[in-house]
Amino acid sequence: MTAESKLGCRANYFWSMNSPIVECRSISKKYGEIPALVNFDIDISAGEVFGMIGPDGAGKTTLFRILSTLILPDSGRAMVLGHDVVKDYRYIRKSIGFMPGRFSLYQDLTVEENLKFYASVFGVKIRDNYHLIKDIYSPLEPFRSRRAGKLSGGMKQKLALSCALIHKPMLLILDEPTTGVDAVSRKEFWDHLGTLQTDGMTILVSTPYMDEAQRCGRLAMVQKGHLLDIGKPDEIRSRFNGTLFQLTSSDRYQALLICRNSKQISSVHAFGQTLHLTLADGVQTEFVENLLIDQGIVEVVIHEIPPSIEDCFMQYLT
Amino acid sequence: MESETIIEVRDLVKRFGSFIANDHLSFTVAKGEIFGFLGANGAGKTTAIRILSGLSSPTSGYVFVAGIDASRYPEQVKKSIGYMCQRFSLYEDLTVFENIRLYGGVYGLTLKEIVLRSDEMLSRLGITDLRDRLIRSVPLGWRQKLAFSVAIFHQPNIVFLDEPTGGVDPVTRRQFWDLIYEASRAGITVFVTTHYMDEAEYCDRVCILSEGKIQAIGNPVELKRSFNVTSMDEVFIKVARNA
Repeated sequence: MTAESKLGCRANYFWSMNSPIVECRSISKKYGEIPALVNFDIDISAGEVFGMIGPDGAGKTTLFRILSTLILPDSGRAMVLGHDVVKDYRYIRKSIGFMPGRFSLYQDLTVEENLKFYASVFGVKIRDNYHLIKDIYSPLEPFRSRRAGKLSGGMKQKLALSCALIHKPMLLILDEPTTGVDAVSRKEFWDHLGTLQTDGMTILVSTPYMDEAQRCGRLAMVQKGHLLDIGKPDEIRSRFNGTLFQLTSSDRYQALLICRNSKQISSVHAFGQTLHLTLADGVQTEFVENLLIDQGIVEVVIHEIPPSIEDCFMQYLT
Repeated sequence: MESETIIEVRDLVKRFGSFIANDHLSFTVAKGEIFGFLGANGAGKTTAIRILSGLSSPTSGYVFVAGIDASRYPEQVKKSIGYMCQRFSLYEDLTVFENIRLYGGVYGLTLKEIVLRSDEMLSRLGITDLRDRLIRSVPLGWRQKLAFSVAIFHQPNIVFLDEPTGGVDPVTRRQFWDLIYEASRAGITVFVTTHYMDEAEYCDRVCILSEGKIQAIGNPVELKRSFNVTSMDEVFIKVARNA
């Protein structure tokens, strides 16, 4: 990364070289009696693409809303870009970009009107920051006078990202930006994030897609307001408990049901055309082969594989 | 597998002005099959599903669903199918049972049948204790499973699922697919769209749509072999990029 990067003055991003961009200390938040975040700690450094994964109700959206100054924590302290989310909310609002999970642009404004509106709210000119959104926004140019509500899912998401970027935020927060987006558009979207990161932007993103989680620099796995694990994807994968096997056979579904009923098999999950399983202590793969063959399953092939982030997620949550 | 055809589509065309959303689609779906309907955003999936479920009529072409001509008798089609989509599933300010009673009533079941079947359904799902809870207070994962169970409550021939697992975590998605398999084993044909390519591999057959046309159709194993790749993700990207 150089001082002449597209985002301009690098000093903006490293307002203090060693301080984190996001710093959460013992953040708690309840909705009525239901805890959403419990003594939550997290640090995110400048230039990271930081991913958050977890089931519904994990607290991801609550954290994003607190960091975006949209709601207040019940207790604890959160700093964004060195500013307190409660006291300095004005500074933070100007300096971050937030793309909420639900499409929240103006459906009855056109593509261009939405972008102009966001630029004007932040007091910037589109042309001054157009280089930032060029790759994302240019496929939308032919549709600039179409109403946002009439766009396809992939285009809506490109427009929402353009609007979140137009004021050149130092931190970009994306709440499940690719839900409902097809596999090709998802890959393009993540390529864009990669470019933004190269230019020095810090990105905090949640996703239900584990292939996307694998692309993050660091990841937090959360459940019911607690951190289950945090680290680089490869670090999380190295903490997988036990040896993982992949199994293919003539009848995946029947094999799944048989394996589920066996006490010698500690876990079994469908993974596309295959099954992934871990075995109880001392159990050999031959046991599984024989178990299936005895029940009429043929073409049984079983071998060891390295665990993916999805395997780790399944292990933590089941 | 039984080869009885439950959906037959021949030369289906749907135009919106000069835009062709469905461009001469032809395919069949067998009874009890899990049929995956894949495609990029805007490829024409939802348009076709709306026609197949009697909500919209084709510009031209033959569409037979459960033996009924869908363009002429859409109301008949609606009675023999179930439908669930990601955006709308159940009424948040009604309880679990009230939702079931509403849908059962719409499909003409008597209150006695509804009570009997809902007790059976809730105990099978293991959530009898949620019966009188407002949907709003039911966790999303359970809502999704309930919505599916409600969609097949009237024991339809076919159930259409439009992105039923969008935004759902890996554990809950697998639980949802267990329900799909159970329904399929009970003889219900499942017509499902998804953006998760591992789920495409759970289907008996998939059809990949791009720019309103069918670009590939077949069993996931065969498709991977014919495209010479190891995952449906790669098949999808090849098909979508080459279109």
